[in-house]
Amino acid sequence: MKFPAFEYAAPSTLAEAVSLLAAGRGTAKALAGGQSLLPAMAFRLAMPSMLVDLRKLKELQKITVSEDGARLGAGVRWRDIEDDARLRTAQPLLAAAIEHVAHYQIRNRGTVGGSLAHADPAAEMPGIAVTCDAEIRVLGPKGERIIAAGHFFTGALSTTLADDELIVEVSMPAWPAKRRWGFEELARRRGDFALAGIATFYDIDVGGCATNTHIGVIGACMCPHRVPQAEKALNGRVVDETTIQAAARALEEALEPPSDLHASAAYRRSLAGTLLERALQHAAK
Amino acid sequence: MRVQFELNGKPVEVDALPRTHLADCIRHQLMQTGTHVGCEHGVCGACTVIVDGAAVRSCLILAVQVEGSKVTTVEGLSRDDDLTPLQKAFRKHHALQCGFCTPGMITTAHALLTEEPDADRDRIREVLSGNICRCTGYVNIIEAVYEAREAYRSGVGK
Amino acid sequence: MSFVGQPIERIEDLRMLRGRGKYVDDLHRDGMLHAAILRSTIPHGRIRAIDTAAARAMPGVRAVFTAEDIAPGAAKVPVIPVRLMPIEQLEPFVQPVMAKNKVRYVGEPIAIIVADTLAQAEDALDVIEPDIEPLPPVPDREAAQTNRSILIEEAGTNIPISYVATKGDALAATAPYVRRERLSTGRHSAVCLEPRGLLASWDGAKTKLTIEGVAKVPFQSRRTIAKNMDLPEDCIEMIEYDVGGGFGVRGEFHPEDFLIPFMARKLGRPVKWVEDRRENLLAANHSRQIDAELEIVCEKSGRIVALRGKLWVDMGAYARANGTMVPRNAAQMMSGPYRIPNIHIQSTMLVTNKTPVGTYRGPGRFEADFFRERMFDIAARDLGVDPVEFRRMNLATKEEMPFPLATLNLPEKKEELDSGIYEIALDRCLKEFGWSEKQKLQGKLIEGRYHGIAVGCFIEGGAAGPRESARMVLDPDGGVSVFVGGTSVGQGLETVMVQIAADALGLPMESIRIFHGSTTCVTEGFGSYHSRSTVMSGSAVLLAAEALKERLREAAAKRLGCSAKDVVIGKGLAASYGGKSVTLKDVAADGISVESTFHNHRHTYANGTSAAHVSVDPKTGHVRLIDYVTVEDIGHIVNPLLATGQIVGAVVQGLGGAFLEHLQYDENGQFLTASLADYLLPISTDFPSVRAFVLEDAPSPINPLGTKGAGEGGIVSVGGVIANAVGAALAPLGAIPRRLPLTPPSVWQIIQDARKAG
Repeated sequence: MKFPAFEYAAPSTLAEAVSLLAAGRGTAKALAGGQSLLPAMAFRLAMPSMLVDLRKLKELQKITVSEDGARLGAGVRWRDIEDDARLRTAQPLLAAAIEHVAHYQIRNRGTVGGSLAHADPAAEMPGIAVTCDAEIRVLGPKGERIIAAGHFFTGALSTTLADDELIVEVSMPAWPAKRRWGFEELARRRGDFALAGIATFYDIDVGGCATNTHIGVIGACMCPHRVPQAEKALNGRVVDETTIQAAARALEEALEPPSDLHASAAYRRSLAGTLLERALQHAAK
Repeated sequence: MRVQFELNGKPVEVDALPRTHLADCIRHQLMQTGTHVGCEHGVCGACTVIVDGAAVRSCLILAVQVEGSKVTTVEGLSRDDDLTPLQKAFRKHHALQCGFCTPGMITTAHALLTEEPDADRDRIREVLSGNICRCTGYVNIIEAVYEAREAYRSGVGK
Repeated sequence: MSFVGQPIERIEDLRMLRGRGKYVDDLHRDGMLHAAILRSTIPHGRIRAIDTAAARAMPGVRAVFTAEDIAPGAAKVPVIPVRLMPIEQLEPFVQPVMAKNKVRYVGEPIAIIVADTLAQAEDALDVIEPDIEPLPPVPDREAAQTNRSILIEEAGTNIPISYVATKGDALAATAPYVRRERLSTGRHSAVCLEPRGLLASWDGAKTKLTIEGVAKVPFQSRRTIAKNMDLPEDCIEMIEYDVGGGFGVRGEFHPEDFLIPFMARKLGRPVKWVEDRRENLLAANHSRQIDAELEIVCEKSGRIVALRGKLWVDMGAYARANGTMVPRNAAQMMSGPYRIPNIHIQSTMLVTNKTPVGTYRGPGRFEADFFRERMFDIAARDLGVDPVEFRRMNLATKEEMPFPLATLNLPEKKEELDSGIYEIALDRCLKEFGWSEKQKLQGKLIEGRYHGIAVGCFIEGGAAGPRESARMVLDPDGGVSVFVGGTSVGQGLETVMVQIAADALGLPMESIRIFHGSTTCVTEGFGSYHSRSTVMSGSAVLLAAEALKERLREAAAKRLGCSAKDVVIGKGLAASYGGKSVTLKDVAADGISVESTFHNHRHTYANGTSAAHVSVDPKTGHVRLIDYVTVEDIGHIVNPLLATGQIVGAVVQGLGGAFLEHLQYDENGQFLTASLADYLLPISTDFPSVRAFVLEDAPSPINPLGTKGAGEGGIVSVGGVIANAVGAALAPLGAIPRRLPLTPPSVWQIIQDARKAG
């Protein structure tokens, strides 16, 4: 499964990278870690005319943690997130979810930007971005724009990113210390794509009730999304077994999971409900 | 394209097509065939090499991407006169049968133990979950890597 | 000190650990070209034309051949003969080495490209335009059975043959308890980590064809190549190096085994071919997919009266070299180590639009043991009999050895179990597993998971004949070179053979060089399959050692001035008489070389027992394997390190088959699992607790080593034991597993089905 032929460039500046993508007129692709793009090319499912290698762009590899939240450069690797102890308290949901990504060797190369751009419906990073209302900063020939994660993913393997745009950074909002959260996924084997996964968090109001509930789903959907119907079942209520069950049933009803050779829609629906129960039980402890 | 990098401690220079992955470059241009290609889509781990200290899948890196890097393969983790402590542990525990996945296991284990010489069995299993073996059933491999920790703690493993 | 019986560390490891193994893709030859194969993407169709003009014009391309180029006009494309149990009924179903008129499975070769580099060859594949008229697909056995769409017109049916295994009179048997069940196994393949490959070189001046990178059965493959290429066998040399796993699949004759040498001869240049992983999943022999409808007939006590029923084996599109073993073994081996007085199993082969089937470790046996052990647990539960006692009361006993299995037909084959004391492995397994403690967990819901345990007994056949040879040569430095016909698939053949030779010759292991597999090694070799090599090559080594010592006596006698029978052979093979002695070095100049052949027409049967403990999450269907223990009696343990390694490796492969692996097709015959992201192999985190123990309580009476083939037993019992453990766990829910693999969605589904029914 040898790669098809392509032109190759490793620009030294972001501007150069963008102009190379633009010159490709839709046939050039950015190469970050290559852990998703190169396998697609091995199967000749992707045949870009040019690869624009981002490896020299060190500015994409920064992690910034402040009281405004966390900013991850598009070139930040899973390994970097794992190694950054600050994120365990600053973005615990992100840190927990990233533990499930792939395997040791892939984690040394795979990047945040690459995962967001590839947009696999069962991938953790897109799910976390959507659940946490992240903002994705993107650079194109006409300049920068910010895309809310909730609007970034449009379907399986498809996003609103233009052919001549590069993801530069993703911003995760600030995370209050008292926030409750949970992450549950089921994959066939460790590191596999999730059959379904749930990321959730809520805050507690003065009355002891859930507020600002965010529930995001991966794997049981065509692209990651929040589930407002399930969030509604929690907001304004004490999180106990009854509300958890109500939220799980609301989630199951709201989902439109795909069927494929690994699992049926019915299974994914039921699994997502079970995972939400468990994520909320974890959050409520 | 001309690519210059360091392979197993020695500077090398090759003329590689952009589409040649690092595994093919090492195997067929630099004639170091210890690194094996088992799937070419980033799943099996047989092609694992160490680039700038990190274990990576050499079928998912282009040769042109290691310009200026230090690359270590199983040959660079071997000695002519004797087996290394890691290799001895593999042999003692019968941690290989057909030998095809073995170079990837050795490089991955070496990278892990270099950074985490106290890794427990769960951690070893987790890290090696990216390396497929069809012959051994893994039990002996985990025991071998666990035993080799001693050498890395005392610094002789490197 | 004896080497045999010791946990000797492997010779092979010294090179493999350093990355100095030599596998076929490591080879380079001057002027070497690279081949790539165009494979049909249509499951069933009539080939109208294949336009190769654009491909031939691509950079680096040296040749593009279709079946029309290989066999122009009315000429017939060479076929792959049935190697094992050939019979007239199968003749119409053999596979041509390239599709000429029709394609019958996704993956069937339709063209071959040879180019300067493999990347260039693959680029050229992309521009070939096959014009194939699709025909109604035959995607599964139900479609095949209707015979509405016929795969092979000359045959007129999709049902090549039905075998029957019989003992006593099962059809007439009656008893108080009868239970019928439908069970199915998934479709698996070996998926060796090293993809298949060959490097063929043609020397026109010498009329010599050299094929490197061969495996498993090189002498037999040579015969087929010679016939199909119209060459004398002795013009063809098959060279084996290191082989990255076989498990029954690599080395059996596939289309590429003809196509690559053919192109090498056509072009007069060495041609290398290495399949990629997609091709390996798609085009290397598949195996295992069997549907069963079985009836067990028992006394109320649990004593089995009869086992009868039907098996349907989805053989894929053609009858491959050794595909017959799957339906045959499944029928004949189903009784395992048990006494089942009346047996009638009809085993039907069906052709479908899928990749053709061959053997894969424990062929037919993994499937049969799943069916049988599942029936046993279902019956035991119905009858209120303890599952351990159910097995114990029905095991064949030592006094009944040799114990006849059911007789197979077409051709007739009688088999008998050579030796065994089956209760020893059963009791040892229960002890190592901790059965009496773990029994308390049976069916219990603990922290949201249901627990289940199960036990199953098995046999594995080995040591297929008819013969095997070993050659020994005294080297100038006083060492001995040993050549065996057995082939390496990574099992440690070299180490085991050297252990046996060292003991037989009284030499240290370092003095012995071992060579294996290639047609240059022995005059006639039969390879490695059916776990035969320790017995067959090992016994041949023993014979050769005796012959070598005899020649040594003769050579020494000349120098010592006595008769050969007066010479005493001592340590280091020093030969002495009357206080004088000669060393090996002294006689090396005589050029001493012997070749001996060991004949065998009976199989060895190792036996064992496995037990498993699982916990099941009823909400997600996820099964966790908490413990798995296998105990196997292999007659005589040559190397305990290697023996337990084989068992654990085989068990984990079986666990893959029980939980993860399934080669899937859609309703049109389109192949769906063409990558390792879809065909899931076990990884290190899946089954951390697998334990194996070897015994040697029942040596085999049929070979001088007393040992039994032991490479496949570990896999054979896994399906049944796992399904039974899951069944035991879910018994409180009334959920009954009947199909493998037991994926979370499929386990969840049987729970839902039970809820609806109950």
